[in-house]
Amino acid sequence: MAALRLLRRLLPLSGTRLVRPRSAGAPSSVPERIAEKRRAALLGGGQARIDAQHKRGKLTARERILLLLDPGSFVEYDMFVEHRCADFGMESDQNKYPGDSVVTGQGRINGRLAYVFSQDFTVFGGSLSGAHAQKICKIMDQAVMVGAPVIGLNDSGGARIQEGVESLAGYADIFLRNVLCSGVVPQISLIMGPCAGGAVYSPALTDFTFMVKDTSYLFITGPDVVKSVTNEDVTQEQLGGAKTHTAVSGVAHRAFENDVDALLNLREFFNYLPLSNRDPAPVRKCHDPSNRLVPELDTVVPMESTKAYDMVDIVHSIVDEREFFEIMPSYARNIIVGFARMNGRTVGILGNQPKVASGTAQEYGGIIRHGAKLLFAFAEATVPKITIITRKAYGGAYDVMSSKHLRGDVNYAWPTAEVAVMGAKGAVRIIFRGKETDAEAEYVNKFANPFPAAVRGFVDDIIEPSTTRIRICRDLEVLASKTQSNPWKKHANIPL
Amino acid sequence: MAASLRQMVVGAWRRPDRHLLALQCATRHSRWCLITSHTLYTAEYDPNEKTFEKLLIANRGEIACRVIKTCKKMGIKTVAIHSDVDSSAVHVKMADEAVCVGPAPTSKSYLNMDAIMEAIKKTRAQAVHPGYGFLSENKEFARRLASEGVTFIGPDTHAIQAMGDKIESKLLAKNAKVNTIPGFDGVVKDADEAVRIAREIGYPVMIKASAGGGGKGMRIAWSDEQTREGFRFSSQEAASSFGDDRLLIEKFIDNPRHIEIQVLADKHDNALWLNERECSIQRRNQKVVEEAPSTFLDPETRRAMGEQAVALAKAVKYSSAGTVEFLVDTRKNFYFLEMNTRLQVEHPITECITGLDLVQEMIRVAKGYPLRHKQADIPINGWAVECRVYAEDPYKSFGLPSIGRLSQYQEPLHVSNVRVDSGIQEGSDINIYYDPMISKLITYGSDRAEALQRMEEALDNYVIRGVTHNIALLREVIIHPRFVQGDVSTKFLPDVYPDGFKGHKLTDLEKRELLAIATSLYVAEQLRSQQFLGSPRISLAKLDLNNWELLVQLGDGTYSVTVSNNGSTFSVDVDGMKLNVTSEWNLASPLSSVTIDGTQRTIQCLSRDAAGNISIQFLGTVYKLRILTKLAAELSKYMPEKAVEDTTSILRSPMPGAVVVVSVKPGDLVSEGQEICVIEAMKMQNSLIAAKSGKVKAVHCKAGETVGEGDLLVELE
Repeated sequence: MAALRLLRRLLPLSGTRLVRPRSAGAPSSVPERIAEKRRAALLGGGQARIDAQHKRGKLTARERILLLLDPGSFVEYDMFVEHRCADFGMESDQNKYPGDSVVTGQGRINGRLAYVFSQDFTVFGGSLSGAHAQKICKIMDQAVMVGAPVIGLNDSGGARIQEGVESLAGYADIFLRNVLCSGVVPQISLIMGPCAGGAVYSPALTDFTFMVKDTSYLFITGPDVVKSVTNEDVTQEQLGGAKTHTAVSGVAHRAFENDVDALLNLREFFNYLPLSNRDPAPVRKCHDPSNRLVPELDTVVPMESTKAYDMVDIVHSIVDEREFFEIMPSYARNIIVGFARMNGRTVGILGNQPKVASGTAQEYGGIIRHGAKLLFAFAEATVPKITIITRKAYGGAYDVMSSKHLRGDVNYAWPTAEVAVMGAKGAVRIIFRGKETDAEAEYVNKFANPFPAAVRGFVDDIIEPSTTRIRICRDLEVLASKTQSNPWKKHANIPL
Repeated sequence: MAASLRQMVVGAWRRPDRHLLALQCATRHSRWCLITSHTLYTAEYDPNEKTFEKLLIANRGEIACRVIKTCKKMGIKTVAIHSDVDSSAVHVKMADEAVCVGPAPTSKSYLNMDAIMEAIKKTRAQAVHPGYGFLSENKEFARRLASEGVTFIGPDTHAIQAMGDKIESKLLAKNAKVNTIPGFDGVVKDADEAVRIAREIGYPVMIKASAGGGGKGMRIAWSDEQTREGFRFSSQEAASSFGDDRLLIEKFIDNPRHIEIQVLADKHDNALWLNERECSIQRRNQKVVEEAPSTFLDPETRRAMGEQAVALAKAVKYSSAGTVEFLVDTRKNFYFLEMNTRLQVEHPITECITGLDLVQEMIRVAKGYPLRHKQADIPINGWAVECRVYAEDPYKSFGLPSIGRLSQYQEPLHVSNVRVDSGIQEGSDINIYYDPMISKLITYGSDRAEALQRMEEALDNYVIRGVTHNIALLREVIIHPRFVQGDVSTKFLPDVYPDGFKGHKLTDLEKRELLAIATSLYVAEQLRSQQFLGSPRISLAKLDLNNWELLVQLGDGTYSVTVSNNGSTFSVDVDGMKLNVTSEWNLASPLSSVTIDGTQRTIQCLSRDAAGNISIQFLGTVYKLRILTKLAAELSKYMPEKAVEDTTSILRSPMPGAVVVVSVKPGDLVSEGQEICVIEAMKMQNSLIAAKSGKVKAVHCKAGETVGEGDLLVELE
């Protein structure tokens, strides 16, 4: 019933019964038919299915859009589109739903343009028909044309089986656009229900994949198929739930408690992103002084070189208003990644958490290739790059983490920094086989400090940690006009 | 039994011995009121009066900082000592020189006499100020200093010894005609004898180890059976903690006040009493709120107590500052409790009302100068209140210690007539090795009402993040009608909060104010989310953002609130009542000054997130609210209720590594923040701590074992 109230708020429908017309008697006038179609479109699969959706703890496609976008800003496209399947009785009026199983259009998030599609689970389980795919492709094409992000709210049982290959074609049409949009406009997927089979590739191709805990699943083959093939007993949640994908597989970037939390968080996340590759990253009004000293940082790195500290603490204290939108917080916990602002400007932040362990598991897991990915990304990036060495920068890790040699624009070391090719113990064992007692202290004295890097200009300055925020804000201002380009190439070949 | 056991365990964890009383303290930002606030301090510093060239402070934290500040004014060079974990502590930075005297445990550093003597030799310090706790009342230390020709800033060995012994001090007091509590002190043979003594005195009686001080290990017995139990406990403690079998059994004064007299004596047989301090607000026999003067004393009683205190000081040829503690019953009968032969924690309130700098006087007296004041010169100017701000959770037994890093820290020094004695700063660690006191917050006024008003303001303006603190409790105490009327006793907290402290209880109006402030803050942030600089592509069609219909969850209630905004003023309709809320709405500032219909409030927004959760410190207490638009709230009712997984009861390894130490065993009681075990990974030692206080149910790992990420290590009940 609440859904009806909401719908009434959307369109003034007072006095009209919200029932889908079935096999009407006399033909109505065109204006009447338009109104009827609209009403039907707003009701999706009908009240019973809306109630069922709610019972699952999920919102309807339209409710989701309402929450995501600024009030009154949604402009819907293709409300009259219907599927074109004529097989298996699909052609009957009863099986035609205006708008089919997806709601598409554009609207505003905090005043900024976004294109949205929201799959409607109440219509054929949100399954993807040719028409459904066509609607999505239409907004994607327009998004690229005007330069605005595409947000997908995924809640679909999969392909529209009745349509067969038409449905498959539809998926591929979307995939192609996902690929072509990549790097042009931001693409965000929020998985809010099932997303299985070939359908999973679209979210996987987008820039960010978020999930809703307990009500969303991503997998290629479901538990039944898994059982029949490998005889494994596994639940949907274990196989492809939010926990699996945010902590184990790394397929999803973050998960939220429920639909409402997820959509509100998505609004916040959206504010960090530029609208397209032709737009600058947004600069939000900032109340946090850019010249704020952070005395806390002067003591954050423990004196004992083996004692751990939390890099997230450092991030919080440096960025505007301690706001840090962490990406993949529970995956690969030895690196922290996320968005924040410095004096209002969006910045991406990467930080090492001292939890790396070497061993066979790492090598077997392909650490070389994964490390190379990170190195590649740092080296290839042409955005302003600022690096702070807080403590240990040993060996390859020093090079990889946006070192001067990878075109770091400004590289700082804290007084606690240790930049060397390897730890003193190991180094001494190699340099002086046997008589290593004094040599270790000598090595520590010589290399376990920021000087070797500083004298060579590999770090631009050794800074008081408390001044870190001031310096980063100032440098970003200077670097705002940075121009740098990579050699012409058809495309780069990041190790995957 | 369980409760007292927990106290024992907590007590033992906090500090195994009361002499280890070490207080943490001041920040670099704490421009401390000796300098900033002239009204609190009128002492004169004569640069021609020579005392010492260099003085070592055998202490840490706020008291070390406190002493250094006076030394600076007197032109004395200072030497700090510190443990290795304290090497960048504030007192170390403040001192002219610093010497590391050992590792973190106090027995190896601040109580390490050999290392401290070495530091004195090395730095050629001529005098030592011991502060309080640690070696301040250690006669052996005083003797060693004397033998090296180093001046101990405090009384001589004889006075320390005489007053340090409960039995001897009482005897001395009796002889000096000081009122004493009827009782027995000495070796009690067995439980039967204890019962006989108790009956002679008359119940209730108090039993404790003679050598133990303060309220530590104190047992109250109302019956023979409790006497036997108390005897067993106290004699055990006497033997194990102090190596001294003697027990003290005396009349227990029900519902007493704890009032103490500050004395100051020189080496020329002059002694003064500097009025009293009321220290009745205590939890587990530790002081929380103190004030000077006491609302309870009339001039005659004050003089009688003062004169007896001076008589006692003279009887032991006392020199330096000292404190004579009394219990005062409801009919103003007062009984000598003990004499502390050191500077007290709460000395600043005496300084505020008398204008004396007690540290300066101690140094002068130690040098042999006679007192500059006569008894008639000692005034009571105005009123001073001190709150001890602790890193502890007041919702648990009025305060269980918590540890952590002060991620944000800002003392309320912009409030007038505020003095903050602290020894910490933003970024400091409150760790398990030392007392979890964050600071002493002192306010001063021409009368009590003014001092209390300032204290309210100061507490509201105190920013402490990263550790749990007791501001909520302190603020509730100082505004409680009983406290405001001066109706206090040492049982104040358990009397007023028989079911434990639950935070501030909002009146209807206060609740509306909180809702109005929180929703205004929410709208301010929503509006700010749309303010982009430069030339972003923002819709020119302006949305109607002047009216916000919100639903707010606070506690068990849901409230419908409408906010409309006009510049920096929000007009908020809460349950049909209109409130106007004005503020700067600076979303980065930890403190916000808000005016609601003419009433000024200082609030602190501790956290807020995109999902509408917001926590606000309002009137000292932290409230959690959830603010949603009407639409989001309506849709929220479809959201599934989720059973919250209790992760506080289990400890899993956050990483693969080797277990270095397991600090607990099944059955142990642990408090929140206490170390459970240490995991070493990649040569990093990670201390894993208890997420809540409780009893250890099972331990699944042992030292030396290798564990994987997510492995269950320890379960709590």
